[in-house]
Formats: sequence, C-alpha cells, structure tokens
Amino acid sequence: MKNWLTNIGLLCGKEIRSLLQDRVLIALIVFAFTAGVLAVANGVKVEVSNATVAFIDHDHSTLSLKLRDAVLPPYFKPPALTTPEAAESGMDKGDFIFVVDIPPSFERDVLAGRSPALQIRVDATAMTQAGLGTSYLTQIFMNEVQAATHAPALTDFMPFQIKSRVYYNPNSESFPFMSVMQIVTNITILSIILVGAAIIREREHGTIEHLLVLPVTASEIALAKIITNGLAIFIAAMLSLWLVVHVWLGVHLAGSIPLFACCTLLYLFSATALGVMLATVAPTMPQFGLLAVPVYAVAYLLSGAATPVENMPTLIQNIVRFFPTTQFVTLSQAILYRGAGLDAIIIPLLAITAAGIVFLALALMRFRSMLTSQS
Amino acid sequence: MSPSAPLLANADHADILIQSLTHRYGQTEALRDVSLSLPAGTTIGLVGPDGVGKSTLLGLIAGVRRIQSGMVTTLGADMRNTRQREGILPQVAFMPQGLGHNLYPTLSVRENIDFFARLFGLDAAYREARIKQLLEATGLAPFPDRPAGKLSGGMKQKVSLCCALVHDPDLLILDEPTTGVDPLSRQQFWTLVDTLRAARPSMTVLVSTAYMEEAARFSWLVAMDDGKVLVSAPTADILKQTGQSTVEKAYISLLPEEKRSRASGFSIPPYQDPGGEPAIEATGLTRQFGSFVAVDHVSFRIGRGEIFGFLGSNGCGKSTTMKMLTGLLDATSGTAKLFGKPVSANDINARMRIGYMSQSFSLYEELTVRQNLVLQARLYRVPAAEAETRVEQALDDFELRPFASASPADLPLGIRQRLQLAAACINTPDILILDEPTSGVDPAARDMFWRHLIDLSRNKHVTIFVSTHFMNEAACCDRISLMHRGRVLAVGTPADLTRKRGETSLEAAFIDYLRDEEARTDPQPPTAASTSQAASVTQHAASSSKLVTWLARTWAFARRETIELLRDRLRLAFAIMGPVVLLLVSAYSISFDVNKISYTVRDHDHTHHSRELIEVFQGSSYFTETAPATSDADMAQRLQKGTVQMTLDIPPDFGRDLDAGRHPSVGIGISGAMPFLGANIRAYATGALLQYASSAGKSLPRGMLPASPISIEPRFVYNQEFRSIYAMTPGTIMLALILIPTMLTALGVVREKEIGSIVNLYASPASVGEYLIGKQTPYVALATLSYLALVVLSVVVMGVPLKGSFLALSLGAILYIFASTGFGLLISVFVQSQVAAIFGTAILCLIPAVNFSGLLYPVSTLTGISYQVGKLFPASWFQLISLGSFTKGVGFSGFLPMYAALAAFAASYMVLARLLLRKQER
Repeated sequence: MKNWLTNIGLLCGKEIRSLLQDRVLIALIVFAFTAGVLAVANGVKVEVSNATVAFIDHDHSTLSLKLRDAVLPPYFKPPALTTPEAAESGMDKGDFIFVVDIPPSFERDVLAGRSPALQIRVDATAMTQAGLGTSYLTQIFMNEVQAATHAPALTDFMPFQIKSRVYYNPNSESFPFMSVMQIVTNITILSIILVGAAIIREREHGTIEHLLVLPVTASEIALAKIITNGLAIFIAAMLSLWLVVHVWLGVHLAGSIPLFACCTLLYLFSATALGVMLATVAPTMPQFGLLAVPVYAVAYLLSGAATPVENMPTLIQNIVRFFPTTQFVTLSQAILYRGAGLDAIIIPLLAITAAGIVFLALALMRFRSMLTSQS
Repeated sequence: MSPSAPLLANADHADILIQSLTHRYGQTEALRDVSLSLPAGTTIGLVGPDGVGKSTLLGLIAGVRRIQSGMVTTLGADMRNTRQREGILPQVAFMPQGLGHNLYPTLSVRENIDFFARLFGLDAAYREARIKQLLEATGLAPFPDRPAGKLSGGMKQKVSLCCALVHDPDLLILDEPTTGVDPLSRQQFWTLVDTLRAARPSMTVLVSTAYMEEAARFSWLVAMDDGKVLVSAPTADILKQTGQSTVEKAYISLLPEEKRSRASGFSIPPYQDPGGEPAIEATGLTRQFGSFVAVDHVSFRIGRGEIFGFLGSNGCGKSTTMKMLTGLLDATSGTAKLFGKPVSANDINARMRIGYMSQSFSLYEELTVRQNLVLQARLYRVPAAEAETRVEQALDDFELRPFASASPADLPLGIRQRLQLAAACINTPDILILDEPTSGVDPAARDMFWRHLIDLSRNKHVTIFVSTHFMNEAACCDRISLMHRGRVLAVGTPADLTRKRGETSLEAAFIDYLRDEEARTDPQPPTAASTSQAASVTQHAASSSKLVTWLARTWAFARRETIELLRDRLRLAFAIMGPVVLLLVSAYSISFDVNKISYTVRDHDHTHHSRELIEVFQGSSYFTETAPATSDADMAQRLQKGTVQMTLDIPPDFGRDLDAGRHPSVGIGISGAMPFLGANIRAYATGALLQYASSAGKSLPRGMLPASPISIEPRFVYNQEFRSIYAMTPGTIMLALILIPTMLTALGVVREKEIGSIVNLYASPASVGEYLIGKQTPYVALATLSYLALVVLSVVVMGVPLKGSFLALSLGAILYIFASTGFGLLISVFVQSQVAAIFGTAILCLIPAVNFSGLLYPVSTLTGISYQVGKLFPASWFQLISLGSFTKGVGFSGFLPMYAALAAFAASYMVLARLLLRKQER
C-alpha cells in the first residue's frame, strides 16, 4: 500500500512536468476557461432576447408606428421596416424571426371596432425564440392597441391576480446559466481528451511498456494520470468559477462552494476514467480523436446544459440517469442556482461515482491487452 | 567496392561546398564554423561518435534543415536560396536516420516506393520499370505487397534505399543507414550500393556511420568530433598519414590527446557457472499474433551471472522473446521461468529483480536526463536520499553528466541509448534484459557499455541477456543464440559456433547460418544479373507542364493518404458512425417542446373555485401534478431539490374573495435555474390561468371580458407542427460536419512531425501547398460520403423532408467540408503535439458550432463578440444553407452569399496553413 501511494506520487510528479511542457495546450486550457466561458456567457441568450422583427406596414398610421416603437430591447432588437419580398428572403436567410404584417387601413378598422387581423409570421425553426416570442409580441400589441383605443386592459377584468415569482434567477438572465454550463462542458471535454490522449501518447512512445516492466502496476499509472490531470482541470475550473463567473460576470452562486468542489472532484474522477477507458479502446491517436468526438458531443447534448432533460423523451430521460455528465449538470444546477444541500444531490452523486468506478474497472481490464495488441 | 578516382579537394569540382557553417540547438552548438569541400562522383564516409553533428551536417547539405549561419552549396545551388534549393532537390536523395522512419507502415513495399516515385513526378511506365528493377536488385521482389511495418529492420532499410534511389539522384545522402541492421542485411546493403554506383559512376554517395569498419569502404573520409571536422581527405591518404592500419585506429589517433584514452579496449574474465537454479529458463516458448508465429518453440537456459547474447536478423522474434521474459507479453504456449519461478505479469517482486531496456527509446522526453534517472530509481523503491547518490554515480559511470539537464529529445541516439542503459542498471538488478542496447552507439561508448556489463556480470553476478547486431559484442558473450524467423538456429559459445561452420570469424559463421536458412525458405536470392541491371533504365523524359507536375504530386500525397485511410478500418468506422450517432441522438432527444412541467399545489382554500382552478392544470398536457405540498417549507424545499419546477399557491379564502370581487392573488413559484424553462413555465402558467378566468371558471360571472380590438394571427412557417426534430436535424448535420472532418485532418501534419515522416516533404521537390491539398483531398471525400449518409438518414429514416434543392445543399456541404478539413489542417500545422491538436480542435469547434452558429440559438439574436465569432466561423454559414434547404425550400440563388463565405473560409484556412508550415527543419 505504501509503495502504491509512493509510486502514484512519483508518477504524478512526472505527469505535472509533462503537462507544463506543452505551452500550446496550457494556453488552450486557459482560453477555454476564460474567453470561452465569457464569450458564451455574454453572447448566448437562451430566453427570448434580441429577437429580430420586421414590419411590413401597409397602413402607415400613428397606430402602426406605435406598434413598431413598442417592440423594444432587451427582448427584441429594434424592428426593421421592410417590403414583403425583402421580408420573405430575410426569413429565408434567417435575418428575421418574426415578420409582422399590418394590413391597410388597420388603424381605421381598429377605431371602428372592426377587429382587424394582424398577421405575425414566425420562423418556427428558431425553437428558443418562436413560441415565447410570439406570446410576448401578442401581449405588446394588445397593450398598445388597448392604450390607443383607451379600452381597459384585459387583466383588469381578471377576477383574480396572478402573482408569479421566478426563483433563483428572477430576471431569467442567461449568463448565470450559460457561464456555469460552459465550465461543465469544458471539464468534460478536457477530462476525456487530456487523460485519454496522454495515455495513447505514452503508448505510442513506448513509455507505458517501460513502466510496466518496473515494479509499477497499471492501476498506479492510470490513477496518476487521473489525479494529476483531474487536479489541473479542477484548479482551472474552480478559478474560472470564482474569477470569471463570480467576480467578472457577477453571478450570484447560491449554494455551498465546498460541496460543489467535492462533487466536481468526483465528476472529474468519472470523466477522466472514461478518458482512460476510451484510450484502451482506440489504439492510435487519430482513432482516439474520432472516437472522442461523438462521446463528448453526445454527452454535452444530453447533459441538460443545452436543452432541459425534462423535455427529452422518457426513454432517453431514463438512460441519461446513468450518464455522469447529465448527473453532474443536474447537481451543479441544484447546488449553484438553487442552493440545494447534500440530501438533494445524493442520487446523482452516487451515479457519478458508480459510473467512474465502472469506467476505471473496464479500463484496467483492458490495459494490458491494449499493449499486446499493438505489437 | 568501387575504385576511387583520383581526387583533389578542389572547390571547382566540388559537389558540396561548405563555408563557416555554424548550427545551434538552443544553447548547444552542433556545428562550429565548419568549412568543407567534398568531391563529386565518389563515396564519402562521415564518421565520428554520437552527437558530433553528423546528422545536422547531412540535413543541411540535403536542404531539409534551415541554415542558421554560414553557407552550403550543394550541386552548385546555394541552399540558403529557396529557388535554387528547390531546383536541385530532384537530383538529391536523402534517407534519414532510424529504421524505416520515413516509410509508411501500412503501405506495402511497392506502394511506398511508388509514392516517392510519384513525388518526383516520374511517369507510369518508368515507375513500373524502375520499381521492378529496384525490387529485384534489393531482393525484395518476392514481397512487393508486404506492409512496410511488418518488415524486418534490414528490409526496411532496403525499402528506404529504393525510395531514395527511385528518381535516379546525382547525390545520395544516407544518415546511418545500417544502424540496427543485422550483419547479413548490412553486407547485402553495401553490395547493393556498390553495384548501383558501379552502374552509375557519376552518382555521389554521402554516408554517415558509426561503424568504423564500414568506413573503410568509402574512398573519401570526413572525420568529425565535437561539431568540428578533424580531417577530410581520401581514405588511403588518411591511413598513410596517420600510419594506422584501420580507420578506427586512425580516427582515435586524430582525436585530441585527452579523448584518446577513453577508447581503450577491455578484457573479459572467464565465466564460471555458480550452479543452482538457472537465472532464466525458457521451454518451448511460443507467441502468435493472429496467424503470424513471432516466436516458435524457443528453449534456452541461462546461468546466473552469464552474459547470454541473442543474435538474429531484425524481426526474427528477439524482442518478442524478451518481452515474454519480462511479463509484458503472455506466451501463447510454453513456459518462461526466472530463478525457477514462472514469469507472471502480476508478480511485482519479480520485476524488482529485472532491469529492461527496450529497443526504441522509452524514457520520458518531457523530463531531463537527471529527472528520468531519479524517477526510475524511485520507482524501483530506492529511498529518495539514496536515489540521489545513485543517480550521481550513474551520471558519472555512463558519462551523462554533461547532458544531465538536457531533455532526451534534444540528444543524439547514442546518448539516449546510454541513458536507457543507465536507467536499466540503476537498481542493480539480478537480471538485465537489453534489447539492442548499443544500436546507434559509437565504438568508444560501446566499449564503455561492455566494460560496465562485464563488471556487473563477473563482480556482481548479474545475469545479462542481450541482443545485438555487432559481432565484436557477440564475441564478448559467454554464449550466444542465433535466431531466425522465430526459431533458434544454434546455441553455443562464440568460438564453438565459428568452429562448427568452419569459418574464421563469428560474422562469417553467422552469415553462413542465415544464408543456409534463407536458401531453405526463399528459393530466389538476389542474383548478380538482376542487380547489375538496376540502373540501366534510361533517364525519364523531362517533366511536362507545371500544372501536370503539380497535379501529379498532389495526387501522390492524396493517394498515399487514401491508402492509409482505407487500411485503418477503425478510423473509417468511427468517421462514418460518429456523425450518424450524433444525428440520431440529437434529433430524437433534443427538444424545445416544453411539456410535463411538474408542479405541486398548496391549496389553502379547498372550495370548488380552487378545485376548478387546479383542474385546469390537471387537464393540461403541459403540466404533471405531484403530491400536494404539506407546508410552505415543503413547497420551497421541493423547488430547491428540483423535484418540482413550479408551485401553485392558492391562498385561504380564495373562493370567497373571488365571489366578493376582491381580486385574490394566486401565487406561482417558478424555478428559474434554467432560464429557457423558467420563462416558458411562466408563459404556460399564465396562459392556463387566463384560460380558467375566461372559460373554465364556470362559476365566475361571464361576459365580463371585453371583445379584443384586434385579432392576432400567428403563423408558424417552415415548421408548422413546431417539431424540434425538423429544426435539429439540419443543425446536427452542420454540427457533425464540423466536428468530425476537422478531427480527421487535425492530426495529419502534427502526427507526421511526431513520427518523423514529414522529412519526406522536406527532402522532396513537392511544395507545401501540394502536400496540404493532397492531405485534405481524401478526407473531403470521406466527409462527403458521411454527409450523403446523413442526408439519407434524415430523409428516409427520420422522415425529415428536404424541401429545397438537394444539389444546392450538396454544393454548400462540399464547400463547408473543404472549410472544416482546412481548419483541421490549420490547427495541425499550428500546434506542437497531437494532444493539443485534439483538444484544440474539440474546443475551437464545439464552442462556436453549438453556441454561435444557430444550432440552438439563432445567430441573429447573438450580441457583441459572439455575433462576430459566429460570423467568422463557417458553421453559421452552412447552418443557413442546411436549415434553408431542409425547412425553407431555398435554392441556389438564395445561397450565393453563403457559398462565397464558405469558399473564402476554405481558401483562407489553406493559405494560412501554407504560410505557417515551413518546408525545412530548424
């Protein structure tokens, strides 16, 4: 046992040295956890935001102008006034998501109580914007028309009031969500690639073979890689969470950071073990690269960081219960946004740990046969 | 041996002229102010110990290395001038150091040679004839279709030589061509070079070697030491001047005084078997790889403290046998015992007693020499303090002290081998298994090696099992075993074996054994007749137009890459299956259709009003009810845990206040942790409550709601049913066609740099542009296939209609694939390691493709830098084409700006890569 620990310690020292050697790699890691996180956090809006609207105004009345002026940021970009042809090609090119068509003599019809039809064409392929954006636009136009006709607002006729309150992110802003999710995605990609590729490189250079002749076991080699690379990623992720997300972006992190740190460590174990396992399946670096792509891409798409797990088909929801990435996203959201404690995340935590143990066991089983296969 | 012409070191007739050449690697000076002029039409040997700058000098002469200071003129061309250098490259052939380093292991012998022939623009008929003759001349004719990776070392060198000779060069530069090659192959190799030269006497052959006995074959000698030229003159003159009988002695006499002592000889005390259990015992040891029998029933016993030599041609199974003894490989059948105990992979204690040195360098290039030794000692469980002293001792013993803080990557082969031996001995093991420890090591250092081994054997009773190609080393062994094609031919003391064959030297005896064996298995050895024909093919016609040459070379690269790709089944499978998996997963599981929002109700009222209100939620497919909340705290906790996403709080007296028109409040709590979900829940819940207010609330006073002054008619276009699959499928095709093709090419260049085959580009007249486009082409084809598979899958299997023109989509896809493979190549040229290439590709593609290209969030809604990043990345442009074709029915004319953008990306990535990749080594 003592030898085991000493060997892991020695190999970790070696791993740190080789990691620090590759400057381009270090630069890429720093980039991913700083600029990568910032760009995604600042640029991407998952809620209706900056949606593009075009108006085809056949009326040119005060009311039609008012409708146009009422479409305001941050939900919508300042609307464009356009022709039917330009609107058509604009939608085709993805320049406009909404095209509002104001019919001729719209204002006159409204004032005469003829209830004219206002057509909104919606690009339904813009899934995040289309549904909600339509209801926002409807509400905006209703309010404007009511104000213009001095009619009482619809809500005044409601027999009761709705007091809705959004918890954890009252203004439904995207950046607190996107920034943390980008960190999670970075952790996943880095863990799989850094550890897996490090093992393949050692195999291609014959150094693993050399180690296995020494009194060193496969588990020591694998664990040294997992620990060193895991810790490097851990430090980068935590610094990014603190400096980039908390300090720079000013995101309020609700829950216990030590708890999140512990969960991250467990997830790192699981993801790096997956990297080792993939490395034992793909014998060369080009093969490993190609194998890793669908793994991390699918892990990301199904993680719940891109779209809510709740929206997925039931079958998929049941399958992703065993995906460490999905479970980590679930518990990150619980801890960091909702301030949940250990009791709320214990099941995802167990799933992550179990997956890690399975990956590592499979990897160690294949470790020696992978050396044999190449000669 | 060809007769040497009378030669003068006259600059006017010189083939190669060097003036005050100095070359540095970081702090180390590899060449110091070297000036030299070498004659044309002769054989020139470059001798000297490891690390004196031989390889650097050859690289500079061949033009594969960039000149730092000084001047090199090769065949009349100033090598600093790019145009002049390119001009003479077709007349030069360069064979780099290392066994088959510049060959492509999955390509067959013929394909390898053919690749080089195409690079030099030879036409089909000439190629055919030339390859046939070279194969016959080198005795490779029986195995034209064997992959280069499966050849023995000697055969690899012969193939390399064929590759170098295929274009009939005027100057042939060979960097240690026979290092690590067995004596028979070595003899055949030199005979071959001699006959080829005899057929073409004008050819100049420049060879570096560490074998001094080989140096005697050359008519001109250049002796180097410590970055400087000691002498450059005809061999005969050198021997005469120094008054020595052999080149080796002459060389030593040329060295400065203080270095001469190092190379003295040594004596071996006779071996006495201490008896007892043999140290190593193998019985019927067999190892098969598939159908290939690498080791075939090998048996031997090695006594304690014995030095047992293992001789044999390259690839005869020596390394495999050694690996089985160390436990690295399991035997297919038979047993191996160390000190009477069977070898087991899990026996850690047995490993403590073994020191092993593998044939290729297998220590860490990221660590310094000292760090490597310390790591090795510590892993052998030597305590830290003692490890220090042992490492210091080893640095002295193996004369590694000057290199203690250098990285092995920067050291020449011989010194790296010394480091490996030092590492293997650091534990003073009981058994040392050394796999060709002295390949590429200069004679003086080899002597040092052997003095060390003899000391270990005789004084410390270490059993040494060593394989070698040097006959003088074999002669030092107590017993040797001759191996060939997996079988042991003979075992005995060197003297016995020599006597048995009736030969005078061990080398002759060994060659005898191998000849017999080869005659038995290969009925057709190379004949003199076929050899002499080798160079008789007439010079090929002058090359045709520039465009044709360009195309031919690009095709040579593309063809080679294609063959390699087609042989790598796993990579092909991953490349095709990866996108398919991605498409299926994302199309079936990514969904923006918000439904089944789980909620809990806290009903303080319990009137028919509150029940009716709850019924609205219960009746909606958007909501799923969970157990009612028992308290406010329970509600908050469940929201926090994430078991519900929404809470509905109906206050006490809700019904009464409603009836009384007091406008009671209904509380809705929404988890906003996921902003997209939060906003939608709010909209759906408000909608449900409005519905209740307007219609479902049967008991409410009716007709209170006024008629709407306008009607708003939303029309969802492109995707009327609002199904995520229609939006996700085109997006996923965009995603798959950036992630996978980029990864396909991202390793292309950096991998060749790591392996060393990039030197073929440096040495050939082909341009970087031809190389890059050739590398890109097969992957464009593969990715296009993958694209077609994705479209068929989308339309036929998943039922996503393709509304627009298939051709318009395909044109976009092909341009997009050119851009993504080009991006991969650019990354590959830029990074230093394969690891960085994979990670860089992953991050640099995934972040913009998922976030800034319109997969989930429309590009038009992005702000700030993200919008620019999106527009500056090809994925966003193809997304418009993919989405436009699938869902919007847009055709060619609508895509013109996108086509232009994608073409511009493809072109600029390639131009950048072209500018970043240099055609010479530093």
